[in-house]
Amino acid sequence: MILPGNTSCQGCPISLAMRCLDEIENPVLVIPAGCSTVVAGLHPNSAMKIPVIHVPFASTNAVACGVKEAYKRAGVKANVIAWIGDGAADIGFATLSASATRKDDIITVVVDNEAYMNTGTQASLSTFWKAKTSTSPAGKADEKRNLALIMIAHRADYVATATVGYIEDLRRKFGKASQSEGFRFIQIHCPCPPGWRFPSEKTIEIARKAVMSGAWALFEFYDGKLRFSGIGKKFAEKGNRIPLAEYLKVQGRFEHLGDEDIVAIERAIDEEWEILKRFSGE
Amino acid sequence: MQGNVQTKSHRNGSRVRKLLTSNEAVAEAVKIAKPDVIAAYPITPQSPIVESLAKMIAKGELDATFVRVESEHSAMAVIHGAATAGARVFTATSSHGLAYMFEMCWWIAGSRLPAVMAVATRSIGAPWNIHGDHTDIVQLRDAGWIIGMAENAQEAFDMTLQAFCVSEEVNIPFAVGLDAFTMSHTAEVVEIWEPKIPPRRQAYKVLPSDNFAVNAVTMGKARMKARYDLAVDLENSAKVIEKTDKDFGNHGGLVESYRLDDADFAVVMMGGWCGDAKDAIDMLRQEGFKIGLLRIRFLRPFPKKAVKELGGEVLVVDKANSDLRGVLGIEVSSCGVEAKNVVAGIGGVDVGVDDFYRIFKDFMNGKLEMEWYL
Ligand code: SF4
Repeated sequence: MILPGNTSCQGCPISLAMRCLDEIENPVLVIPAGCSTVVAGLHPNSAMKIPVIHVPFASTNAVACGVKEAYKRAGVKANVIAWIGDGAADIGFATLSASATRKDDIITVVVDNEAYMNTGTQASLSTFWKAKTSTSPAGKADEKRNLALIMIAHRADYVATATVGYIEDLRRKFGKASQSEGFRFIQIHCPCPPGWRFPSEKTIEIARKAVMSGAWALFEFYDGKLRFSGIGKKFAEKGNRIPLAEYLKVQGRFEHLGDEDIVAIERAIDEEWEILKRFSGE
Repeated sequence: MQGNVQTKSHRNGSRVRKLLTSNEAVAEAVKIAKPDVIAAYPITPQSPIVESLAKMIAKGELDATFVRVESEHSAMAVIHGAATAGARVFTATSSHGLAYMFEMCWWIAGSRLPAVMAVATRSIGAPWNIHGDHTDIVQLRDAGWIIGMAENAQEAFDMTLQAFCVSEEVNIPFAVGLDAFTMSHTAEVVEIWEPKIPPRRQAYKVLPSDNFAVNAVTMGKARMKARYDLAVDLENSAKVIEKTDKDFGNHGGLVESYRLDDADFAVVMMGGWCGDAKDAIDMLRQEGFKIGLLRIRFLRPFPKKAVKELGGEVLVVDKANSDLRGVLGIEVSSCGVEAKNVVAGIGGVDVGVDDFYRIFKDFMNGKLEMEWYL
């Protein structure tokens, strides 16, 4: 799906996620501005083995909707994928929300690296609690927005969170989305070496620590039910988690955190798990 | 307002005369062109166009997909996507709506996708004003669109049909301008007829079976070359417009010449108020003044040749400004034609036959400097 020698940074989580696109039948990618644009290749080349429609930032879900509606009328079978970063989910949020509400028959994938990496690591609505970015140099005061929960509130047909740390789980979710219909949404946790400031060989390790510490919850929502999924399921139990500091302390963006900061973040994460558990009935 | 069938013209068996607003006339034309995908967000005074189309779809008179979007930005994005996948597309907007979709207007033109959009031309805030002028549509000038300006409901109908043919032949989107309220909401008798519109054509479409990246990041010259090609093709679209105009009402091509043949004085204007200007010209002609009108039907491609050929003294009357100058005035002077320029009618300020009579007479008597007619 993605050719070797593409222009991603070493250890890029997005290129890992793109490799899994072969789980999706007849894919057509719609990509707005962001790291994915660059990873997908510069004109006249393309790093992707599938069609890519590059579009402006806020438009992605609407363009994908138009593509799909045209295919439907022409009888063309395709999984149209709005492939956006957390930045496009910010600027294109109204578009995303409308697309989910209309139940556009498309797959939306958010590669969430918790900041605007392509413009040099500015804070997004998805930036993790207290993370340092170039526009939150003292650490971001406001909380990380839970986009997947918001999509569940839209009664999307399929919502899943995934991570590049557990590729088999991610592949299974892509496969499931491919076989379903309606508005499908997958948010992929994407630890970014330059943006989060960790060595590029540690992407998988950090992605897994996010899950193991409870900082990133893996779940699926379909048929009106939320279910914790895959390897992440056991971390719904707080007792099974590794200490949060083990996830945070290996990243440069958290180098300023004191013990009391970590306690505060942990409390916020616990609250979020409580909400998820209430949704799941587990 | 609902258009009623009034009489049936026997001049040409298939022609039906209906009392229609320009909004309704545009909707009738779109129905005949059979678009696949329509997307729009409501804005005054455009809304009746897409409301009419939604009704036609609901009644089964038109087989099209109507996508309700949350903004004009998305309206243009939906039709951009649908056109990329090969569908015939339509949207309509006005004023702030056009401003909001501006980014996508560049993308659909830069992607060389055919599309048709009606623009009920209206003032842009601040301050708030819902009335007519040309300040919205003139902003499309640099985006690479074909921009037509109709004078009445008949022309709005004919031009909308022509728009699908031209746009799909030259792979450039086409905006049909109709003045807010004076056209959009004013009923006139329109001859409805059903020309054959060729099946959808376009330079490329993206299908799942292709390995094709469209609009990837360019380095250096590729972007400039794309912009150059668009400029050249936009210029060449003049020929296609001239040719197809013969089949769509024969309104004169890029311009309409009104009593210009022997004129010592030429007025240059565009849009719905040209009808009033023509009446004023008729009055002045009766008084012996040799005055005529060059009605600009297309702001893009701009009719440079017709403007350059203007003899005598030239006056441009504008409904949109850029600093103290009128936008059409700037366009005319860019052709090397020295012209007086009046800016009038902004925000729906009423300018009628009497006003034109006065402005034109002052101009011919040498009493008019460049000014704002407030
Ligand atoms: S900045 Fe991060 S997300 Fe972007 S290409 Fe580099 S590693 Fe990938």
